[in-house]
Formats: sequence, structure tokens, C-alpha cells
Amino acid sequence: MERKGEFAILSLSRVSKGFKLKDGMYQAVDDVSLDVKKGSIHGVIGESGAGKSTLLRLINLLEKPDQGTVTVDGHNLTEMPSKQLRKAREKIGMIFQQFNLVNNVTVSRNISIPLELAGVPKRERMKRVKECLDFVGLADKAEQYPAQLSGGQRQRVAIARALSNSPGLLLCDEPTSSLDPGTTADILDVLKDINGGLGVTVVIVTHEMDVVKSLCTHVSVMEKGRIVDSFSRQDGDFRPAAVRTGSYRDQILGKAGETHV
Amino acid sequence: MFDSVLQYQAQMWESIGETFIMVGISVGAALLLGLPLGTLLFFCRKGQLYENKTLSLVLNSIVNIIRSFPFLLLVVALIPVTRFLVGTAIGTMAATVPLSIVAIAYYSRLVEQSLLEVPKGVIEAALSMGASKLGLIFKFLYVEARSGLVLGLTTSTISFISYSTVMGVVGGGGVGDFAIRYGYQRFETEVMIYAIIVMIVLVQLVQFTGGTISRLLDKR
Ligand SMILES: Nc1ncnc2c1ncn2[C@@H]1O[C@H](COP(=O)(O)OP(=O)(O)OP(=O)(O)O)[C@@H](O)[C@H]1O
Ligand SMILES: [Mg+2]
Repeated sequence: MERKGEFAILSLSRVSKGFKLKDGMYQAVDDVSLDVKKGSIHGVIGESGAGKSTLLRLINLLEKPDQGTVTVDGHNLTEMPSKQLRKAREKIGMIFQQFNLVNNVTVSRNISIPLELAGVPKRERMKRVKECLDFVGLADKAEQYPAQLSGGQRQRVAIARALSNSPGLLLCDEPTSSLDPGTTADILDVLKDINGGLGVTVVIVTHEMDVVKSLCTHVSVMEKGRIVDSFSRQDGDFRPAAVRTGSYRDQILGKAGETHV
Repeated sequence: MFDSVLQYQAQMWESIGETFIMVGISVGAALLLGLPLGTLLFFCRKGQLYENKTLSLVLNSIVNIIRSFPFLLLVVALIPVTRFLVGTAIGTMAATVPLSIVAIAYYSRLVEQSLLEVPKGVIEAALSMGASKLGLIFKFLYVEARSGLVLGLTTSTISFISYSTVMGVVGGGGVGDFAIRYGYQRFETEVMIYAIIVMIVLVQLVQFTGGTISRLLDKR
């Protein structure tokens, strides 16, 4: 694969985040550096408590790093004043395991809210909402309320909402973990379309190996707040991107012993 | 039996009017000041977005003190404030001052409670799409909490109706005062019962209206 000219749309540099506990500090993310290439689907896999969600939340600064810098599309988010940071967040979509929709408003209004926040005029908003609904295949549900939809449909609404401001980067925190396998496959297809069709770079946090295998072009393995292993896909198979070891190595590479570093 | 009731019809209507003024202004104060105060109480809490120990302590103390003060003593204690605001400490308008202050404190607590029921994830989603403080409040928090906010206002209104019944002490009038002065003190039992029935109907109406609106607003 051609490596030259590949541009990191997201770059974490020596980022750390600790939480104060009763008995001292807990280092949830510990000195992590990571480049996510434009156009890639970058998976972050690891066990519960490894710090995956915290890492994802550091990317759009929902969590303020104690140390290190976060650069998105060439802009250093860590140094931005809050108003500018809000503008930057408009171009970084985010979806969640629990969807986090506004349940008291309709599907179309949910998708319209980010546009309202960004000050998009009404006519344009309506056009954009329709496009996003069509994209996730829910045009017929526009006037329903989230409670009337299935989990998979709700996640589609959340995806449409995250796409409405045409972000370059989409952050996904376990987006399929509360869905059944069939629905999971559908949502992964939508994410593939977003990546392939719209050129949106995707960062997806998961603890499901299947999600990584069917979707990702790159994988980072997290353990105890650190990235301990990373892989990129070449000709369909994952290759180690660096000489490291980690508990997921055999699973990611397939049959043990088939691939050597 | 209805003679005595008919005899005081005019006074009865007047006192209903006074109750409406006292309760109406308290509800207005609750919405205008209790809602923002409750929102501030919510944001300052430990673990919330604008966690602030000092401000939280100050606001909570004020709200608690107002709410724990025996109401009639509060009315008396507030007389200087009432004089300053209304020009007199006697009459219906004067009675609205202590009522409104209790209303603000009372409703702010219920607002805080309702906002606490909004899932944290919704706030997270709002911030992730670049919402400002006002955007977060008006497009997410109040929208998701709206049925609780309405129900809280309903409960508050009924409390204000109840508080308003003792405002006779400062010449505030109202249905409660009517029941005491014309019914109880003049031994006109029918008049008293009539006034009590009016109160019951009023409370039922408020509860029914509030309950219905809250249910209609809830799409969750
Ligand atoms: N706000 C917080 N305060 C204190 N500790 C926290 C906070 N957020 C996260 N942690 C701790 O940091 C660690 C990493 O949490 P994180 O949510 O990032 O893990 P995760 O890899 O996403 O796990 P899961 O797969 O269960 O979602 C956990 O031990 C968690 O308890
Ligand atoms: Mg997590």
C-alpha cells in the first residue's frame, strides 16, 4: 500500500489523563500517542476499563488532557479557546452505545439540532436533514419519536445526527454493543458507507473483535491506559504496525504463527 | 342553606380574584427566577458540568433556609423587603412578596431534581456537537426534562395556593382568608364549606391541567 502522502487527520501526542480517586490518582490514559490517517477506519480495542472511552473523549476534548496535545485537521484543539473549540466540535461527529438522542423531539428535529446550534438557516437545515435521513435509510421515520424506533434505527438516527454538520471525523464509542448481531452488521455497513461514500474518517472504540475484523483498516490495542499494539490492514489482512506484543495479537492476526513480525 | 352563600357572593369572587393574583404572581416568579436558580443549582452540583463547591454551598443554604423558615415568620421577617418592593407591607400585592420568595426557592429544588433525571449521555452528546451553555440548556436539558418541569410547577402551584390561604395576616385576602373571616369567625358553616369546596376545585383543576400537559409533553 502507498504510504507516502498519507495524512493524519487526527494526531494524539503523548496524551495523559488521570482521575482523582479517594486513594490517589488513577491513570486512565497514560502517555498515548496515536496517528489516525485520513480516510481510515481506526479501531481501538481493549478490555473493560482499559481507557478506550476516555481516549475517545480526549479527542474532542470532552475530557481535558492533563498532558499532551490533540491535533485534528491540523488544528491544536488543546490550545483552542472554548468558542473556537465548539466550532471545531461541529466538524467532529460522535455516536454512543446508548444513542443519547433527545427523546422528546422527533427524529428529524434530532438531526436538525446540530444544524440549529451551528446557525444554519431553516431551509438549508430541512434539506440537510432529509439528505441525512435518506443516507441512513430512515426517510419514512422523520416524524416519529425515538421511543417508537428499534435500537438499530435509533443508532441510525444518532449517526444521521452526527453527520448533519458534514464532519471529517466520526468518533464511535461502542456503537453496536447494545445491538443484536444482525443489527450490528447493518450499523457496521452504514459506517462503511460513511467512510467509503462520504470520505469520513472513523475512530471506533469496541471490545468486539468481530467489529474490528469486519470494519477496520487500522487497529490499536489498549491495555491499562496505554496503546500496547497496533496493526494496519494490507491486502485484507492485518499486519503488525510496530514490534510489540499484546494479548490480542493472535486473534487479530488470525491463526497463530501464520504471520511473523 | 344557600342564602348565606349567596349573601357573600361578591366577597367570594373578590377573594378568588385575590388568590389568583397571589398564586399567579408566585408562579410567574417561580418560572422567571426559580427556573434559572434551579438550573444553576443543578450545574454547580458535584460531578456536574460547572461543579462549584462554594457557589453550591451558598445557593443551597439560601434555598434551605427559606424553605425551612416557618412561613408566617418569614412573612414577618420579610416586611422591610416587602415595604421596599411594593411600598406597603399590607394588602394583596404585599402578600405576593413572601409568597414569591418561597415560590422561587421551592420550585428551584424541583427544577434541580428534574434536570438530574436527564441522562448524562444527552449532555455529553450536546457538548460533542459543539453546543454552547444556552444551546445545552434550551435544546437539550429543558426539552428532555420538560414533563418533570411542568409536573414540578404543578406541585409548586398547589403549594402556593396552600401558602396563600394564610396571607390574611397581612391583609392579603384570598379564598382561605374568606373562609376564616366569613365562615369560621362568623359561624357561617355553609360559607366556610363553600370556600373549602372552591379551594378543592381549584387544586383539582391545577393538578388535572398540569398532569395532562406533562403527559402530553412526554414522548420518552
Ligand atoms: N470521570 C471519571 N472519574 C473517575 N474515574 C474514571 C472516570 N472516567 C473513567 N474512569 C476510570 O478510568 C478507567 C477507564 O475508563 P474508560 O471508560 O475509559 O474505560 P473503557 O475502556 O471505555 O471501558 P468499557 O469497555 O467498560 O467502556 C476506568 O477504570 C474508569 O473507572
Ligand atoms: Mg467505554
